[in-house]
Amino acid sequence: MIEYSKLWRAVSTVLSARKVCVSRVAKFSSTSKLHNFSNELEIIDPTEKPNVAAYKILGNDGTIQGNESYFAQVDNETNLKMYKVMVELSEMDKVMYESQRQGRISFYMTSSGEEGSHVGSAAALDPEDLVYAQYRETGVLMWRGFTMQQMMDQLYGNIGSSDKGKQMPVHYGSQEHSFVTISSPLATQLPQAVGSAYAYKLKNNGKIVIVYFGEGAASEGDAFTALNFASTLECPVIFFCRNNGYAISTPASEQYGGDGIAARGFGLGISAIRVDGNDVCAVYNAIKKAREYVLANNRPLILEAMTYRVGHHSTSDDSSAYRSKTEVQEYELNNNPIQRFKSLLLQRKLWSEEQDKELKKQSKQLVLDSIKKSESKLKPSWKEMFQDVYHEMPQHLKDQMKEVEDHLKIYKEHYPLKNHV
Amino acid sequence: MKFLTHNIKHVTCIQGFTCARASSHFTYVPDPVDTKITSGNVTKFNMFQAITNAMDNVLEQDKSAVLFGEDVGFGGVFRCSLGLREKYGKHRVFNTPLSEQGIIGFGIGLAVSGATAIAEIQFADYIFPAFDQIVNEAAKYRYRSGNLFSCGNLTIRAPCMAVGHGALYHSQSPEAYFAHTPGLKVVIPRGPYKAKGLLLSCIKDTNPCIFFEPKVLYRAAVEDVPEDYYELPLDKADILIPGTDVTLIGWGTQVHILKEVAGMAKEQLGVSCEVIDLVSILPWDRDTVFQSAKKTGRVIVAHEAPLTSGFGAELAAAIQENCFLSLEAPIRRVTGYDTPFPHIFEPFYIPDKWRCFEAIKQITRY
Repeated sequence: MIEYSKLWRAVSTVLSARKVCVSRVAKFSSTSKLHNFSNELEIIDPTEKPNVAAYKILGNDGTIQGNESYFAQVDNETNLKMYKVMVELSEMDKVMYESQRQGRISFYMTSSGEEGSHVGSAAALDPEDLVYAQYRETGVLMWRGFTMQQMMDQLYGNIGSSDKGKQMPVHYGSQEHSFVTISSPLATQLPQAVGSAYAYKLKNNGKIVIVYFGEGAASEGDAFTALNFASTLECPVIFFCRNNGYAISTPASEQYGGDGIAARGFGLGISAIRVDGNDVCAVYNAIKKAREYVLANNRPLILEAMTYRVGHHSTSDDSSAYRSKTEVQEYELNNNPIQRFKSLLLQRKLWSEEQDKELKKQSKQLVLDSIKKSESKLKPSWKEMFQDVYHEMPQHLKDQMKEVEDHLKIYKEHYPLKNHV
Repeated sequence: MKFLTHNIKHVTCIQGFTCARASSHFTYVPDPVDTKITSGNVTKFNMFQAITNAMDNVLEQDKSAVLFGEDVGFGGVFRCSLGLREKYGKHRVFNTPLSEQGIIGFGIGLAVSGATAIAEIQFADYIFPAFDQIVNEAAKYRYRSGNLFSCGNLTIRAPCMAVGHGALYHSQSPEAYFAHTPGLKVVIPRGPYKAKGLLLSCIKDTNPCIFFEPKVLYRAAVEDVPEDYYELPLDKADILIPGTDVTLIGWGTQVHILKEVAGMAKEQLGVSCEVIDLVSILPWDRDTVFQSAKKTGRVIVAHEAPLTSGFGAELAAAIQENCFLSLEAPIRRVTGYDTPFPHIFEPFYIPDKWRCFEAIKQITRY
């Protein structure tokens, strides 16, 4: 129970600094916490503690502040790959957002403004660490080698789609890339990630689990319970919170009354790091350190990346209904993870404006080529609708499948059969 | 295999009352052991001991298996995990914080990563906080991922049904809520021998299973149980008493009432009842039920859960659709009323033998 003694030290420092008379310290049993008593009645005021600062090393102008240790562990090739993935993701978002507007796909969610936290974190993980995502973490999957074509096929729900056309667009998943299939219900993946981390601990396989979620999802009961389980059951899991200021239209100020998500760690015995999510280098360093910590200690860690959701929540949302254009522009132009990282690469002579133009052109072309291929592929057979409900198909589902088959024999002209295998 | 011995006089529940059975609305008649499936020792176990023995078998054979929930570490409030933590270690048999949604979410994650997860919900009445994790997540995991990921290694155990004085939150039978969820298997045993075999099948099954254990049977039901590992089929209803005039369908505790009622009907009315234990609620054994309904032409379904949208409604509708020409009378449902499960009124609430007996009288005179 070393964590409790640490906690106690922290508490006692605060208390003694505020000249509180600590009359007794009692330890009840091996499993109970340290309790202390005071003869002075006071209400503990959370606003008296200063906000946890966000760790940042890359300036908006692209200079590395503080020490230069980042470049000691990240080589040029990795830096360029990180940049490339961010640009590819950004170009894909632009094209696919428009595609949805044209009715080519039913739904889309961009990652605009959050590319840095995806790529910075993914690059610092072991490629076999298990990822549970919310839905705005496409860059993590891209970093791991999930191809543009695989993504496009999922968006179109064609025969190449990982989910066989069953889920809405953007609900990616890949066993090969250790990326658990995304589902829509928010925060459900958090306690699941803890369970997987517990299984990894029992296997002692040297891997960790990382679970991504937004600051809105952090309000769900599943989020609290996941943190509590991870702490008491001592699981090697990183809780990566993308705090982008909004949950659809709800600003963070209406989401929580405390100091964000990182501060919640203290009450649950969980270590935390807050990081500038638009600083790729800081996110990388933070995840590298967090990974070592959770693996070495079999303890969870909360990592809160402060960022901004530059795009609309989704294609079903018009964010101008609840926030100002100038606010968005401020982040888009002056605190943009891609721009900041690009400035660094330019300063270091690792990159040039010509290369940048070429990369954007190529990325856009890759998206367009992938769209073309995806649009030409058929959708899975309607029979797929009955597959994988169970591992085996029970008799009543076989009967229902037969019912559809018989029905289609009579009414086939009323169904889009030509689009399906 | 060495079995952990039990010597429990009574069981104290978390809420602090003693679950000693006050009155009995049923008579337990032991199941005969199928000697074909076992070569080893056969021991007299009550139902909680049979369940402990099943989990003992699994923890011994499957090194990835873990058992967890509220208070399972010291043996569980119903003693189902007694001695298992000492035998297999606190990393494999452990307490979780008091959160049902956490328990099931955690169990899904274990299963996704390949571990065998046996989650306990302390009472079926408290499974509802985990409803989202069960219905939206566990049930749909394989389907939505195109079979890339699944939580088929997850089994959820929960004590269910009436106990004499459990009132609103220690008596519920929530099977119908889950029967409406494709992707789940829902199973309810009627005694120790079935409980062990079915639980082992649920744990082995490659789909998420909910195993509801009628808590009144934990100590009341005692019979011969093989100590070695054995499985019983999940998709098979049992015909406990063959008959020709009326089909009586139930599950869990209700089966024992129906068996007794069949005897009363034979003796007092000269009516031959066929008693079926449905065993599995989802998927359910349509063939056995339809064959019986076609043979007898009269069907009574009895369950403790409320009438409206109870699982009896699904059975009645399906039987009506598939056996229409054979039916001689409307299908009757004898169930709990459409009220919360009451405390002092329990004797008036449950579908006891007199209510079932009267239904037989009416259906044969129709």
